[in-house]
Amino acid sequence: MLPLAFTWSDFFQQVVFGLAIGAVYASLALAIVLIYRTTHVVNFAQGEMATFTTYIAWTLTANHGWSFWPAFFATIVIAFGLGAATERVIIRPFERGDPLTLILVTIALFVIFNGLIQWIWGPEQKVFLGAFTPKPFDIGGVAISRQDVGVIVVTLITVTVLWLFFRFTKLGLAMRAAAIAPVASRLMGVRVGWMYAAGWGFAASLGAVSGMMVAPVVSLSPSMLQSVLVYAFAAAVLGGIESPVGAVVGGLLLGLATTLLGAYVSFIGVDLELPVAFSVLILVLLFRPAGLLGRQVLRRV
Amino acid sequence: MAPLLELRGVQARYGPIVALHDVSITVGEGEVVALLGANGAGKTTTLRAISGLVSTTGEVVYAGSQVRRATPERLARLGLAHVPEGRGLFPELTVWENLRMGAYVRRDRRGVKTDLDRAVEHFPWIRERRHQHAATLSGGEQQMLAVARALVARPRLLMLDEPSLGLAPLVTQEVFRVVHELNEQEGLTVLVVEQNAQIALTVSHRAYVLEVGRVAVEGSSAELREHEGVRRSYLGY
Amino acid sequence: MPIWLRVAGYAALVAVIIALPHFVGSFTIAEFTYAAVFAMALFGLVILTGITGQISLGQGGFMAIGAYTTAILATNHGWPQLLTVPVGGLVAGIAGFLFGFPALRLAGVYLALATFALAVIIPSVATAFDHFTGGSSGILLELPTSPIGALSVDMWLYYVTWGTAAVLFVAALWFVHGKRGRALRAIMENELAATSSGVSLTHYKTLAFGVSAFYAGIAGSFYGILSFIVTPGLFPITLSILLLAGLVVGGARSFLGAIVGAIFVEFIQVYSGDVLGPVINTAQKLGLPIGDVDKTTPGVPSVVYGVILLLVLFLMPRGAAGLFSRIAGLTRRVV
Repeated sequence: MLPLAFTWSDFFQQVVFGLAIGAVYASLALAIVLIYRTTHVVNFAQGEMATFTTYIAWTLTANHGWSFWPAFFATIVIAFGLGAATERVIIRPFERGDPLTLILVTIALFVIFNGLIQWIWGPEQKVFLGAFTPKPFDIGGVAISRQDVGVIVVTLITVTVLWLFFRFTKLGLAMRAAAIAPVASRLMGVRVGWMYAAGWGFAASLGAVSGMMVAPVVSLSPSMLQSVLVYAFAAAVLGGIESPVGAVVGGLLLGLATTLLGAYVSFIGVDLELPVAFSVLILVLLFRPAGLLGRQVLRRV
Repeated sequence: MAPLLELRGVQARYGPIVALHDVSITVGEGEVVALLGANGAGKTTTLRAISGLVSTTGEVVYAGSQVRRATPERLARLGLAHVPEGRGLFPELTVWENLRMGAYVRRDRRGVKTDLDRAVEHFPWIRERRHQHAATLSGGEQQMLAVARALVARPRLLMLDEPSLGLAPLVTQEVFRVVHELNEQEGLTVLVVEQNAQIALTVSHRAYVLEVGRVAVEGSSAELREHEGVRRSYLGY
Repeated sequence: MPIWLRVAGYAALVAVIIALPHFVGSFTIAEFTYAAVFAMALFGLVILTGITGQISLGQGGFMAIGAYTTAILATNHGWPQLLTVPVGGLVAGIAGFLFGFPALRLAGVYLALATFALAVIIPSVATAFDHFTGGSSGILLELPTSPIGALSVDMWLYYVTWGTAAVLFVAALWFVHGKRGRALRAIMENELAATSSGVSLTHYKTLAFGVSAFYAGIAGSFYGILSFIVTPGLFPITLSILLLAGLVVGGARSFLGAIVGAIFVEFIQVYSGDVLGPVINTAQKLGLPIGDVDKTTPGVPSVVYGVILLLVLFLMPRGAAGLFSRIAGLTRRVV
């Protein structure tokens, strides 16, 4: 594959596209971090849960004639319920389990949600109409996709709202406290189990946002978020898996880097984007085993 | 008048190990009661049994109702504040956030604000350090923050687990001074576990000495302070 | 267990394996042939994850390396297929050994994610270097033939794979026996303590990764031969996941259990839909308002498979949690 002749306008388009893709990685990565922090589970089913809720949004818009934004907000609420219920019903019985068992539990969830999607909606692709027209803005002769800008803005708003929630509300504070010291939180009167459920709920809502943002671009299918999930994991790990800021920064960087590498380094092309991203990830882990922003954790003797 | 807290024949175990054999104590409204004894005598377990952190048999009556099977979060709602062993702070939250957590069970915003201000009055250093992470405080400051946080809950019963642990003598005195003041001025009921019997007996009204999971001696603090034999064999000073 | 009982048990198992193809149809023979292949990959996982405690979601990636080695040597260079199998194992083994070095620095969740990444990377690398690997359409292999007139091709492949699995089984027992086995278990138990008692982490961990990948490579070579074609699509991430699930079902530390796990891996994909019929019938008899579900509906087998996996994890907590955990004092019986 030959690289295109370099133009600045093309470069800016690639940057915006990269940031938009990065924003999708970032919100899914943030969902993973949220669940890891609250329940110390790496949720391999995060992408499938997000896809499942995106199908719900599709049903509301395509079958029930809702317009995009009401469906968007309704889906976020439904996703919250789904995430919280998943934690209460499926994760809770394994609460005291080995971390590796919990990985397998979320893998089972992955299989179940993927199966449910195909069972309910069928395996074929669906057209998902987003809120943004693909018609580009024209900024100084550079055509910037409205779709891409929309994705970036929606993600930024979502992340900000979430940050405000955790920083300034009583429930947000209690959720953080429960994640840090569950027993002490109980002594303060916090129902820790419900905090965990809420953590899963918020994560599922975030996942739903990323699903609804990416579906108009790649079209809705049962495996829509599987490769996105892989990038989201990478972003979360780059940030040190416990750091929300790290996850967002990691996601944006990863989106930008893979897009630009894929576009301008002919050797890499589309097929090698993923391997290159992961080789970088493994290299980072070698030199900073706790991620770029993570704290070094002392190992127990 | 019925006591605020009454334990009758309480037993507790961690798996196969029996930590409490038979503990009966009472704490009356407005009293400061000390729970003394050597390491492993069951002092901490007694507090954990009261706040529902270990399962027990026997009777635990708090504010007139049986709470043996109540969860810690429910007891917190009933006005029980427990500053556990190790203080139970949230190291990665700020000083102010730790204090706010103390008021988690309260619904009256205005009252909470008053009590937060009052906590700052008791411990003025909190004002400058409010945005610092709790982990960065010294041991004494952490202990005071833990007490301040418990007070923000407006408890009916405050339980302190070894407040003197790891603190310099002057700091220990400061903590007990605050406990004493609160009891004198506001009638706060306190159940305090201590290794340092000398200081605990000066602040408390009554005391129990535990030995291998049972109450060995009980009496008024003044009596126990004076009693040569009790001092020698149980309190070690 | 008395030694005679153990010997008798093995003898019975071997007899069943030898006799089985004479009593079932060729489709079932093929299914059990695949089970033998999964068993080889699982023996490797038992060594790496079950005994040394290094979680791997990348076993399918090493299978892919073995399969591509076989396909390239046999189709492009005219090697006899079976001769390529040990080479596939070696190439994968070297790759695994090398991966062991970066993996030295990773533990727990990070190792899980790094191996997950590996399982994702290898098929896409294969897609990208299409002049070697045929890209996404892959490399065709010649149909195998049976060199012994009396045996059908199916039976021939069945005996070759189970024969290899038996050799690898014995080799695995030998590998984790004695001093080396104690060192590997010590690493799972507590890395720092193992180091301070003189166990070289670099030596043993890279060795465990190498041997485990060698097993996966052999399995992958056979997997390619059985499938007649090697494509990136043959090694999706779900293959690695399924293998890890098989490991847990088998009890993680047991090579005999791994055979059970391998049979689980093969049959859960094919038959999970069939479980549904009786379950729904029973539910309807109990008066639950459940309509009929067609097991051929897309997605239904996956849902059933996921639920079975959850049930296994829930009902056999020792099989999963107990055997994985680092809690000391568990019996350390290998077989």
